[in-house]
Amino acid sequence: MDVGELSLEALKTGDRAEFARMVDAYSNQVYRVALKILGDEQDAEDVLQDTFLKALQSLSAFEGRSSISTWLYRIAVNEALMLLRRQKPEIQVVPDEQADEDDFTLVQFVDWCCLPESELLSTEAQVYLEQAVRDLPEKLRLVFILRDMEGLSIHETSEALGLSETAVKTRLLRARLKLREQLSTYYGERLGKEKV
Amino acid sequence: MKHTHNHQGNCRDLLGQLSDYVDGVLQDELCMELERHISECKNCQIVVDTMKKTIYLYHSTSSNGEIPAGVRSRLFSSLNLEEFLKPE
Ligand SMILES: [Zn+2]
Repeated sequence: MDVGELSLEALKTGDRAEFARMVDAYSNQVYRVALKILGDEQDAEDVLQDTFLKALQSLSAFEGRSSISTWLYRIAVNEALMLLRRQKPEIQVVPDEQADEDDFTLVQFVDWCCLPESELLSTEAQVYLEQAVRDLPEKLRLVFILRDMEGLSIHETSEALGLSETAVKTRLLRARLKLREQLSTYYGERLGKEKV
Repeated sequence: MKHTHNHQGNCRDLLGQLSDYVDGVLQDELCMELERHISECKNCQIVVDTMKKTIYLYHSTSSNGEIPAGVRSRLFSSLNLEEFLKPE
């Protein structure tokens, strides 16, 4: 999609055709990230609509310091989190278990890299991969989704989440380590079944 | 299958650099040090390899698909943009 041509000026003056082009350029990414955070299509659709409504309302205040893409990611993440808080208000009081603490211990040293792609990406494996991300503490999950699944840079992730780059890196490392452990457990079992 | 990973103090120190290393942004000096270590330490080699693979798997299964047509048209309606809703 050719998004380089979007005119921020036209958007800010309320050009509806330009806004429609922006919606078409970014609705896929907004829907995708909402779906990853929420895991439910109806919720993702609600967040998609709320994100562009919010964007429409706050365009005049948008200064263009970050890209439109990053700005929309930021709105989408906030909308998704608000939806989560409404659904499960208790989450707010329960702090993420030591998401920033530096006491990680490696336990899994199984080399499962040699498993065939058909095994690594079987339907069952993909369900497991999704669940493993969903099980991450929220702070780690958001960083991992934006950086490693959506492919944002560390800098873009920090802008989208309103975090320092150092915090993004710390959380990213923890997320990757945790997921690596999870996947090692899962694929390690498959490895045992493979005949060599 | 479980054993602790403290046979060398080095292993623990390298943990913090793993992300930068797999992202290819670790400083040259540290990078060489880490590579020297993993060439001699099987466990760390496995950790590096499986972390890379973990990231690769998530990246490759993360869909870049289009939103469903119904979702798109309802989005345009909710924004009063129906007039711009032309098929892509
Ligand atoms: Zn080591």
